[in-house]
Amino acid sequence: MGSHDSLAGEVRENLGVQAKLSMTESQLRANEAELIKSVCEGEREAFYELVRPYERMIYATAISVAKNPADAEEIAQEAVLKAFSHLCSFRGESKFSTWLVQITYNEAKMRLKKARPHLYESIDDRQQSEDGDFWPRDFADWRPIPSELLEQNEIRQAVQNAINSLSPSYREALVLRDVHYLSMKEISTILGISEPNVKSRLHRARLLLRDRLAPGIDGFWIKGQPYRKARPW
Amino acid sequence: MVKKEGEMATIEISCVEVWREVSNYLDEEISLEMRERMEAHFKACAHCTAILDGTRNVVELVGDGRVFQVPDGFSKRLYKKLQKLP
Repeated sequence: MGSHDSLAGEVRENLGVQAKLSMTESQLRANEAELIKSVCEGEREAFYELVRPYERMIYATAISVAKNPADAEEIAQEAVLKAFSHLCSFRGESKFSTWLVQITYNEAKMRLKKARPHLYESIDDRQQSEDGDFWPRDFADWRPIPSELLEQNEIRQAVQNAINSLSPSYREALVLRDVHYLSMKEISTILGISEPNVKSRLHRARLLLRDRLAPGIDGFWIKGQPYRKARPW
Repeated sequence: MVKKEGEMATIEISCVEVWREVSNYLDEEISLEMRERMEAHFKACAHCTAILDGTRNVVELVGDGRVFQVPDGFSKRLYKKLQKLP
């Protein structure tokens, strides 16, 4: 019975997400505005519907700052509770999803600052290292990735580890752009940095990940073998 | 300095300039002129094509929904918290 319930819930959720995907941007905004109105009129259930499609987005934002899954979940929960309490002050100047990401990001940063003020200072004092160019270290050829590859848990883990190995400033820009597909302008607003700075962080994050993952696509990081170029030429 | 027969001339670009712009190229955050210069370069440079393909693969890997999965029971715990709100 329990598994039927959870399966039915999953199906409903998937249908909800698919329906959202098929909506145009303006339909989505109108639909969300209706739900927000309902929540502000006291219909709490509407809030669940509003937030459910963005659960992964909220969690990914939290873990991009916190790294630790338990902390990320707490941050995500706190961010959703804050979104609920401040929902009626949301004026629709940005997309609802961007607003949620902003709340989550602020919550995560605030916690990190409280927990590790030392680390936070060093993270924030990183402007100088972004000056100058960044070059790839490896020129290994990399075939297109078959989608089935990500079915393997160890591959997903390798990608997550590579993302976690990035410095927070690069990881945050990467997640906001390549996981949430936010615009440069939106990312610039959320992170409080200029658009050229967003692009620079993104560039470095992607090239660093490429350096770390490219040799592995032929299996070296999966099998725990030492690093070597996939195709040295 | 100038190449391509019978078409508008494309100013050559160095590998270093290509690397600097590869991420912006994928995001379509470059001018049409720069795009054309880079594409002409990719046709002739295997190293830079490898950088481009690898960077595109990274974008696809990171963007795949399976990389950042919420933990089991995440939704339930979240909605329990919400229900407890006054």
